[in-house]
Amino acid sequence: MTTHAPQTAQSVTLPSSLDEAVAALTDMPAAVPVAGGTDLMAAVNKGQLRPAGLVGLGRISELRGWHYQDGHALLGAGLTHARMGRPDFAALIPALAASSRAAGPPQIRNAGTLGGNIATAAPTGDSLPVLAALEADLVVAGPGGARREIPISHLLAGREMLAPAELIGFVRVPLLHAPQVFLKATGRTGPGRATASVTVVLDPARRGVRCAVGAIAPMPLRPLEAERWIGSLIDWDGARGLTQEALAAFGEYVAAACIPDPAPPADGGEAPPVSPAVQHLRRTVATLARRALGRALS
Amino acid sequence: MSNDAATGAQALDAPQQEPPAHGLGASLPPADARAKTEGTFPYAADLWAEGLLWAAILRSPHPHARIVSVDTAAAAEMPGVRAVVTHEDVLGDSAYGRSVVDRPVFASDVVRHHGEAIAAVAADHPDTARLAAAAIAVEYEVLDPVTDPEKAFAAEPLHPDGNLIRHIPLRYGDPEITGEVVVEGLYRIGRQDPAPIGAEAGLAVPRPDGGVEIYTASTDPHTDRDLAAACFGLDPERVKVVVTGVPGATGDREDPGFQIPLGLLALRTGCPVKLAATREESFLGHAHRHPTLLRYRHHADAEGRLVKVEAQILLDAGAYADASSESLAAAVAFACGPYVVPHAFIEGWAVRTNNPPSGHVRGEGAMQVCAAYEGQMDKLAAKLGIDPAELRMRNVLATGDILPTGQTVTCPAPVAELLGAVRDFPLPALPKDTPEAAWLLPGGPEGAGEPGAVRRGVGYALGMVHMLGAEGADEVSTATVKVHDGVATVICAAVETGQGFSTLARQIVQETLGIEEVHVASVDTDQPPAGPAAHGRHTWVSGGAVERAAKMVRTQLLQPLAHKFGMSTELLQITDGKITSYDGVLSTTVTEAMDGKELWATAQCRPHPTEPLDESGQGDAFVGLAFCAVRAVVDVDIELGSIRVVEMAVAQDVGRVLNPAQLATRIEAGITQGIGTALTENLRTNRGLVRRPDLTGYALPTSLDAPDIRIVKLVEERDVVAPFGAKPASAAPVVTSPAAVASAVRAATGRPVSRLPIRPQAAVAVPNA
Repeated sequence: MTTHAPQTAQSVTLPSSLDEAVAALTDMPAAVPVAGGTDLMAAVNKGQLRPAGLVGLGRISELRGWHYQDGHALLGAGLTHARMGRPDFAALIPALAASSRAAGPPQIRNAGTLGGNIATAAPTGDSLPVLAALEADLVVAGPGGARREIPISHLLAGREMLAPAELIGFVRVPLLHAPQVFLKATGRTGPGRATASVTVVLDPARRGVRCAVGAIAPMPLRPLEAERWIGSLIDWDGARGLTQEALAAFGEYVAAACIPDPAPPADGGEAPPVSPAVQHLRRTVATLARRALGRALS
Repeated sequence: MSNDAATGAQALDAPQQEPPAHGLGASLPPADARAKTEGTFPYAADLWAEGLLWAAILRSPHPHARIVSVDTAAAAEMPGVRAVVTHEDVLGDSAYGRSVVDRPVFASDVVRHHGEAIAAVAADHPDTARLAAAAIAVEYEVLDPVTDPEKAFAAEPLHPDGNLIRHIPLRYGDPEITGEVVVEGLYRIGRQDPAPIGAEAGLAVPRPDGGVEIYTASTDPHTDRDLAAACFGLDPERVKVVVTGVPGATGDREDPGFQIPLGLLALRTGCPVKLAATREESFLGHAHRHPTLLRYRHHADAEGRLVKVEAQILLDAGAYADASSESLAAAVAFACGPYVVPHAFIEGWAVRTNNPPSGHVRGEGAMQVCAAYEGQMDKLAAKLGIDPAELRMRNVLATGDILPTGQTVTCPAPVAELLGAVRDFPLPALPKDTPEAAWLLPGGPEGAGEPGAVRRGVGYALGMVHMLGAEGADEVSTATVKVHDGVATVICAAVETGQGFSTLARQIVQETLGIEEVHVASVDTDQPPAGPAAHGRHTWVSGGAVERAAKMVRTQLLQPLAHKFGMSTELLQITDGKITSYDGVLSTTVTEAMDGKELWATAQCRPHPTEPLDESGQGDAFVGLAFCAVRAVVDVDIELGSIRVVEMAVAQDVGRVLNPAQLATRIEAGITQGIGTALTENLRTNRGLVRRPDLTGYALPTSLDAPDIRIVKLVEERDVVAPFGAKPASAAPVVTSPAAVASAVRAATGRPVSRLPIRPQAAVAVPNA
């Protein structure tokens, strides 16, 4: 007998609306949704995943653009990195555009999507720290046309999960009309995975600075105290500038908050020394945070 | 590509005349360029045969473990599975190896590295084969891996042959002598993967006579055939290796470790069996560059002239010997570099560990020591307050000098000329006149680089590499040239790996016979052996054999005419298919002279013999040497430690330029590979387990990482013992460029930089770093 058939995907559905996609997933719980496939197909090729069915999201045109709602942009989960990197998008949400341009080689950026980046939730997902700093909410579609919202941080931290047959439909991002910077350190000049990334977002209406550090922990980290402290130093009605010393102190603050010293052992005694690799990571985060804030305020 | 080729050719110091359209010196494009560009080139992974089965290999998840039991029953019973083979099913020798037979086809009692093969499965679908391989139940008793080569000496033997593969104690000169200035250094070189483009793949087809044919992208078909035949228990004549399109190779491919299981499965099932390895399997299974630890002490006088070099070199061979002995010989012999060193004491060892296997990757041995001795030259220059280029210039080797192995350098060694050329070449301009936003800073176009934190550095390196096999290896090659109907065919088992041999063979025949249309036959082991595609040997020996065969055909063609007209064949010449005599009296066409005959000739080329290094590392071990000088210009973000190579200026000793465009691409490719060695390429392990064996975790240079490569000078001093006087060109830039990048990073940051690839933290230069 031959075994040619059983391992290949039995069914491929190509719904044309979000609700059809949810319905397809409800009908076949073993099916896996696929958008750009840049993460999914790598897992399939490695033999880690053998989906019994696929629900292709590429034909859902409502997910491939964005619209506006109460001072927010509702970004379709099917937006590709390439689309978000374009100047019109960069004028709306500069940091997300910058992270999209850094998200890999052109082949990946042309296929990979915003929703896929969130669903994969890799520590090095470049859009994630930006969404965390923007305090984005996910609009999740469920069976029967149900919609619910989950803060991005809740999903990434595992506090709220997607239920079976639920799909990320849109990402609600506030339009802040102020400078935003995304900076990423990698191992090479060409596209590469982040060793650390920092997003700094100014929110003049709330007189706040929001910062998120990516790639150094399983999910983006927010140094909330550092944000509050630096927000209180900025003259929001004036020139908004800060001294080099203040910028450097912010960088150190962010780095120390995200990469704390190891705790001393419970029986007293010396805390273990920080390894050179960790020291370098801390210096990298401090430098990125200092530069990012400096560029946002310049 | 034609653009690059044009720039490359312009940069040469070539005579101003128009380059020829064919023959030697022409920029003939490769015959397969079009097929490769259009995607119609048949790679090994595209092979197909009616009714083929798919193979999968079960690999060890542990770097070191005792195998308690292997139970294949569950796998064998799976629907679709046709055969499962383990060490019990190996019909002939249970082990193989290129120079030392020490590697089991399938691990039987002990696994010695992560990814070592334990069993193989043939099934009617690749997924079935993989699932079946995963269903083989292996009980392991996990052992402590030996992963530190320094601890291998005292560790329990990992292999019946012991942990020391080779030790060379080179002694040359007076051990007591000391210099006025002494510098010491410890250097570490990481594990580079050859990362060959294209999946490793093969197809084994059983023959009706009980033999087997293996179709694969081999770089050394005859050796692969002999290794496989011994393991199949067959005469070599009953095994045929057919070389299918090689996508490119900088080391050995394909790993015999999967050719042999493939053949065993084909013999067992009586069906064609195909295997296409995943990238992960390739990373685990094939040979890497030897990770190396080097300790150096250089003695010099107050003027910076070298007095003595002491060094200890430790190569991590992984679990099996492979090419470690040859790599160690090169490392020890070239430990002082292309410098005059009157006294040298070099201890070299290659030892077994449970790390991934090491073997032939171009420039092996020579590359690692170059990074170390050039680090020492920088240290010496800093200590003496002499300009690094000037210090090197005071010590350069020349023809007639003696290597620490006692071998006199008889070939051209224009080291001073090469160094002078890169030193005097104008430095690249700072991007002052372009807008800041357009600068390509370290970290890339969307990176975090800031102009204020970027420092520029300039560094130099001189490298040397041997050509052809060393220490008495028989470097013979055989080629046949056939002419019929105005078309010439070259039959030679030299594999085109991207080094350009088939283009060169066409040019040689064009040059010798004046026939423009030349075909190069595909390679299989029914042809006489031509040896491995390594150390530039095909340019030399196979090129030489093709030339001799072509000359014999020429004589056969011209002899009757010459006889008829009472003149010697030397007075006749063939151009554009016409035969003319020196005085123009005789004129006829090749077709007419051939008169419908077929002319065949077969010839061999065998360079002069070499001898093994003796117990004190002395001996004339190398046929030829090639030299290279590189000046690197780098930008370093000294806060983040990110590095961008801005420009590499190269001057190389090439003997003679046979194909300017091809030569330029070889040098550019070598430099780019060297940048990977210097900055990103390191296959990391954690206690012997390979971490992230994929091309995301293992960062190769991209087009943005490749700098401007300026071929400043090609010194064409013909090597009289080499055919055409040409020296192979691919390995020298691979050897030299990593050291040049390290030197430039030292200049930019003031940091010592003693480890390759250079980690960002080693390039940070801020207070309290």
